[in-house]
Amino acid sequence: MSRISIDPITRLEGHGKIDIFLNEEGDVANAYFQVPELRGFEQFCVGRLAEDMPVITNRICGVCPEAHHMAATKALDALFGADPPSAAKKVRELMYSAFYVTDHTTHFYALGGPDFIMGPDAPPAERNILGVIKKVGLDIGKQVIDCRARNHHVIKTVGGRSIHPVAGLPGGWSRPITTEERDEFIGIAKKNIEFALFTLQVFEDIVLKNPAYVDLITSDIYSHATYYMGLVDDQNRTNFYDGMVRVVGPDGAELVKYHPRDYASHIAERVEPWTYLKYPYLKAVGWKGFVDGPDSGVYAASPLSRLNVSDRMATPRAQEQFERFYETLGSKKVNGRYQPVHLRLATHWARLVELLYSAERMLELSEDPEITSPDLRTKPGPVTGCGVGCVEAPRGTLTHHYEADERGVLTRVNLIVGTTNNYAPMTMSIKKAAERIITKGKVVEEGMLNRIEMAFRLYDPCLSCATHAAVGKMPLRVNIRDVSGEIVRTVSRG
Amino acid sequence: MSDKPKLAMYWAASCGGCEISVVNLHEKILDVDAAFDFMFCPCLIDTKKKDIEALPDKSIAITFFNGAIRTEENEELAHLLRRKSKVLIAFGSCAAEGCIPGLANLSSRQEMLRTVYLDNPTIDNPNGIIPSPSSEVPEGTLTIPALLDRVKTLSEVTEVDYIIPGCPPESHQIWNVVEAVVSGAQLPPQGSVIGAGCLSVCDECKRVKEDKKIERFHRTWEITPVPEKCLLEQGLLCMGIATRDGCGAPCPQANMPCTGCYGPPEGVSDQGAKMIAALGSILDIGDSKGKSEDEIAARVESLLDDIPDYAGTFYKYSLPGSIIGGRVSK
Repeated sequence: MSRISIDPITRLEGHGKIDIFLNEEGDVANAYFQVPELRGFEQFCVGRLAEDMPVITNRICGVCPEAHHMAATKALDALFGADPPSAAKKVRELMYSAFYVTDHTTHFYALGGPDFIMGPDAPPAERNILGVIKKVGLDIGKQVIDCRARNHHVIKTVGGRSIHPVAGLPGGWSRPITTEERDEFIGIAKKNIEFALFTLQVFEDIVLKNPAYVDLITSDIYSHATYYMGLVDDQNRTNFYDGMVRVVGPDGAELVKYHPRDYASHIAERVEPWTYLKYPYLKAVGWKGFVDGPDSGVYAASPLSRLNVSDRMATPRAQEQFERFYETLGSKKVNGRYQPVHLRLATHWARLVELLYSAERMLELSEDPEITSPDLRTKPGPVTGCGVGCVEAPRGTLTHHYEADERGVLTRVNLIVGTTNNYAPMTMSIKKAAERIITKGKVVEEGMLNRIEMAFRLYDPCLSCATHAAVGKMPLRVNIRDVSGEIVRTVSRG
Repeated sequence: MSDKPKLAMYWAASCGGCEISVVNLHEKILDVDAAFDFMFCPCLIDTKKKDIEALPDKSIAITFFNGAIRTEENEELAHLLRRKSKVLIAFGSCAAEGCIPGLANLSSRQEMLRTVYLDNPTIDNPNGIIPSPSSEVPEGTLTIPALLDRVKTLSEVTEVDYIIPGCPPESHQIWNVVEAVVSGAQLPPQGSVIGAGCLSVCDECKRVKEDKKIERFHRTWEITPVPEKCLLEQGLLCMGIATRDGCGAPCPQANMPCTGCYGPPEGVSDQGAKMIAALGSILDIGDSKGKSEDEIAARVESLLDDIPDYAGTFYKYSLPGSIIGGRVSK
C-alpha cells in the first residue's frame, strides 16, 4: 500500500497533517486528517476564577479571540445569573459585528478567495493576496488593509485591546462608548457596507461570470449532504451573538432547535487514537463514521451551515443576497424556506453574504440610541453552579460550559469550538477530493495539491495563519511512499 | 532567491495572536516585506523540517519564535531554528514565560489527558481511547508528536538572544523592534528584553495613584470602579505594579485590571513573588496594637480569602518561567 502525506498543511489549530493511503490499484483507500497538538484548556481552567475565563480563553485562538471572549462572557452571565442590561448586549454585539467584518474580509482576500479570483490552477506564486491585487486592482490591497485596520480600531476601543479583548464581565461590559466614538463607528459601519457590496461584486464578476468556476463550485467533488447547525433568532434568522441553536437535516427539515444550555443532550464527541482533536456528532442521529446522509450524525457549522439553517437574513441587503445565493445555486423553496445547499465551495459566497449582514448589523447597532448608555452592568447574583455560553464564531457554533463552586472557582470546563464542529466534514471533504483527484496512482501534480487543500480551506480552519497566506507561501509537500515507506516521488511547493 | 535578510516566524504551542499582531502592523507590513524575505513557518513538521535542515547554519537573520514548548516536535524545532538563526527571539509571552498554556503545569499530563478525553460532559469514549504518539490503523501507522510532561519556555530548551514580551506583543512595539533592526542600530546586550519598557505598567497608566492601602480585595464583578482612580487602590487585583510597561496600559483604560501579560519588570525574575511582596506592603491589616499574632494572622487570612486562586492570579502568564515552575510533584 502506498501512502501520501500532506505535511505540513497550514491553517488548522496552527498545525495539521493529512495522510492519504492508496490501495494496490493506486486508488484512495483512506484519508486521515490529524491534529498533532493539545494545550488542554479544559484541564487547566479548572481552579481558575470564573471571571478570568474571557481573558484566559481568548488565548485559545488569537485569530478569533473575540468569539471566545464573547462565549465566555455569556457563560458567566448564566453562571452568575446576571442578565446584562440591553445596552451591554448591544455594545457586545457591536464589537462582535466589527470582528466579523475583519475576519471574513481576511478570509476572502487572503485565504480562500485567491483560489477563485486567481483560479485553482493558477501558479501558486500568483495564487495569493498579491495576485488578487494584480487582478482586481492595486487599490484593493489598500482597501483590505484599511478594512482590517478600522475594524480592529473598533475592537480595541470597545473591547480594550485589539487582540485579546478584556471588557467582558458577568452581567455586562466594562467599557461604555462615547458619543464621539459612536459617530466614528457609524462612519466605519457605512464604509464596511460599501466594502461588502464591492466584495460581492468582485465575486459576481470574477467567479459567477466564469463558467469554469461555476462548474467547480457545483461539481460533486465538493458536495456533502450533511446536517447543518447555526444560531438563529426568534424569527429563525441568522444571528452571530445570540439565539437558539437550530439543526436542519440534509433535506432542510428542522431536526431540533435547542437552547445552548442543553447542548450536551444534542452533541457528543468521539475520540480517535491518532489525533488530539475530538470529533463531535449529533447524538440523536448517532455516529456512523465519516459519511454523509440523513443517517449519519456528522454535521457542519460554517457560513454555509448558518444560511442553511436560517429562514432569512435579518438585514435588507443581506436578505437580497441570501435570495440570490439560493436562486443561483438552484435551491427550491419547500414550506417557505430554501432547501439547503450542499456545495461546500459555496461556503466562500455564503461568507460574503454574512460579511454584508455583519456590516449592516453594525450600522444598526451604532445608530441605536442606547449604544452610548453607561448602564452596562447588572450586579451578579450568587453563583448558580453552571453556565453555558454560545455564539457563532466565524468558523462555527462555539460553546463554553463552566461549572463553579459558590466562590466562583471553576470545577469543570467543556469547550466545543468552531472548527472542531467541522472536523468530520473536513475529513470527509479531504477524502472525497483525494478520491476524485487521485485515481490509479495518477497524481495531477500542482493542481492536485491545491484541489485537496481547497477541500479544507473552505471551512477556514481556526488559527488560520492569515499572515502566512498573505504573502502567499503556503508550504506544502506530498510524499508518495511505497509499501516499505520509502519516498518514491515528491511533489512540493512553498 | 531574494538577497534580503530572512525573517522567520514559527509558532509552537500558541494561539496565533502573535501573528495577528504582526499583521496588525497594517500598512507597515508592506515595509517589513520590503526589508526582509519574510518566511512564515506555521507548521514545520517532518518533511518540511528537512528544508530548514538543508539551510546553512545561521542563514536566517532573525527568527521570531512564538509559542511555548508543549510537544517533542516543538522542542526539536526550537533546537533546529536556533542552529539556523543568527538571532533567535522569544516572541510573545508563550515563548518567553509559558503564558496561559503554561497553566497546564498545575496538573500532570495524565490528568490533562483524562479530563480532555475521558471525563467530560460530551465525551463518547466507551473504549477509553487516549491519543497516542503512534497508532495502528488498517492502512498503516499514524504518528503524532508526544506531549512533554510539562510546558517549557523557549529558553529552557535552547539559548535565546532576545525576548519580546506581551500576550501578544503590541503591534507598535513590534514595529519599534523592526525599525531598529532595519536602521542598523546597535542591538542591546544579548539576553535583553526588547520591544517594551523597563518600568511597570503603573508608570504608563493614566489612572491617578494616591495612597495605596487596601482594606479588602474585590472581584472584578463586585464593584464598578471609579473612573480615573488607580484600580488597585479600589481593591481590584491589578497586576500593573508587577508587570513590565510598554503596552500602553490599555486594560486599566478599559476599566479592567492589568492581568500581567508583559511579564515582570526589569530586574525582577518572578512576577508572582513581586506582586505578593507588593501586596504585603499595601494590605491594610488595621490597628495591630494589642492584638495577638493569631488575631493578626486571622485578619490577613480573611483578606486573602478574597483571592481564591493564587496561581491563576499571580502567575497567569508566567508559571513555567517562574521560580516555582508549576505544581511540584512529589
